[in-house]
Amino acid sequence: MLFMSTPIRRFLSYVFVAALLISSPLRSFAQADHDSVAEEVNAAEHELEHRLEENEEDFNIGEMIMHHIADSHEWEFAHGVVLPLPVILYSPDRGLEVFMSSKFHNNDHEYQGYHLIHGDSEEIVPADESRTVYDLSITKNVASMLLSAIILVLIFGSVASAYNNRKGKAPRGFQSAMEVLILFIRDEVVKPNIGPNYQKYLPYMLTLFFFILVNNLLGLLPGAANVTGNIAITMTLAVITFLIVHFNSNKHYWMHLVKPTGVPLALLPIMIPVEIVGVFMKPFSLMIRLFANMTAGHIILLSLFGLIFIFKSIFVAPVVSAFALFMNFIEIMVAFIQAFIFTLLSAMYIGSAIEDNHEADHGM
Amino acid sequence: MSLLTPAIGLIFWMLVVFLLLVWILRAFAWKPIINGLNDREREIQGALDLAEQTKAEMAKLKADNANMVAEANAARDKIIREAKEASERMVQEAKDKAIAEGQKMIDSARETIHNEQQAAISKMKEEVATLSLQIAEKVLHRELQDKTAQEKLIADLASSARLN
Repeated sequence: MLFMSTPIRRFLSYVFVAALLISSPLRSFAQADHDSVAEEVNAAEHELEHRLEENEEDFNIGEMIMHHIADSHEWEFAHGVVLPLPVILYSPDRGLEVFMSSKFHNNDHEYQGYHLIHGDSEEIVPADESRTVYDLSITKNVASMLLSAIILVLIFGSVASAYNNRKGKAPRGFQSAMEVLILFIRDEVVKPNIGPNYQKYLPYMLTLFFFILVNNLLGLLPGAANVTGNIAITMTLAVITFLIVHFNSNKHYWMHLVKPTGVPLALLPIMIPVEIVGVFMKPFSLMIRLFANMTAGHIILLSLFGLIFIFKSIFVAPVVSAFALFMNFIEIMVAFIQAFIFTLLSAMYIGSAIEDNHEADHGM
Repeated sequence: MSLLTPAIGLIFWMLVVFLLLVWILRAFAWKPIINGLNDREREIQGALDLAEQTKAEMAKLKADNANMVAEANAARDKIIREAKEASERMVQEAKDKAIAEGQKMIDSARETIHNEQQAAISKMKEEVATLSLQIAEKVLHRELQDKTAQEKLIADLASSARLN
């Protein structure tokens, strides 16, 4: 490979430079008059770059890992098998703009005044830098999230219909499999931590658990998105929990913040800031825990696979595969544990905010 | 650092999708599932309660049955005992009566016999007296007819009186 690659590479770089030389006058000409010609050249350029990339011998494991755990405007299932996703942009001056991500060919290619920059993560930036644009695209993570939502609705829709159609009968098949998890969340997580008024919070808790679980498990599939390992997702979940806690909290909870019981008066100037920081640390820890656990799992798996490409030896592959298999099992466990912990801690925070006695929860 | 910067679009879609998901699942999944589970729990509890109740009722019925059997046995024993007593009493009474009757009959027979005897004896006495008188009359009549014999006797008597 190494002997072969150098001439091919040299040849390709020649072709590329030649293509660039040809295209640059064409491009200026095309931008002025014919968009279609520019399109063609762009496509040719894209293809060239693609072929160049294919023969790229420098394997940058850091880039590869970041590319896999970051969000993207297209869904790459495998190398070259790409599903373009819709780009939705909102800007105050132009309003809503919708087009497919396949319109962008490379970093330099401009479409409707936007560039798609493949940096640390993908970003759509307007050519005119004074404009503000909000990117509301259906990215890979959004698409995966929608998929998980559809899966959840189908699964629990069918389970619910089983409960409606088979009233008064023993649960059967998939219904009993899901029932175990639902009962576990209700009886072991929600009921003991929230207390007697748990019914009101049960739908949110169950949705939270199964949403995180399904997205964690989907994220383990090859070519899938890393939804729960994305900080925007975990932040939104943590903020929702934070809002539920504070909209339902009673006066004991607030009293505990400004005047913790059993604390000497002299310590109050220290304790009150600590308590207030604690209020924000709880959702912050929720956000970081899930994000870090899922991202770390993906990084470990990708690093293991990256070893094959770093050593370029077929003998490394079985060892790495065995390790990766082991890690995958651990990741399946982590997927359940993290969904459980997020739900458990949310239940504990809600429980501590609505409980009647004065002994608020100091832990976690 | 891009890993730690939340994307605004993702937050927007996450909020929309997640809140819709909570709403849809609450209405179409969690409510029927939780209701179904609660109904089943109630049914199971009800069935267990019913079983417990039935068990208690069974025990009560069993106790009642035992009581009834015991009562019936007691009644039977009492009836048998009474019947036995009655029969014994009747037999005894009949025996006593028979004995009394017999005694009475014997007594009356004895009295009758005694009376008859007395009557017969008195009648015989009369007859004997009459007969004796008639015999004596006839004897005397005959004895007194034979003079020689009388004289001989007197002679005999007189001879014996000399010896003395």
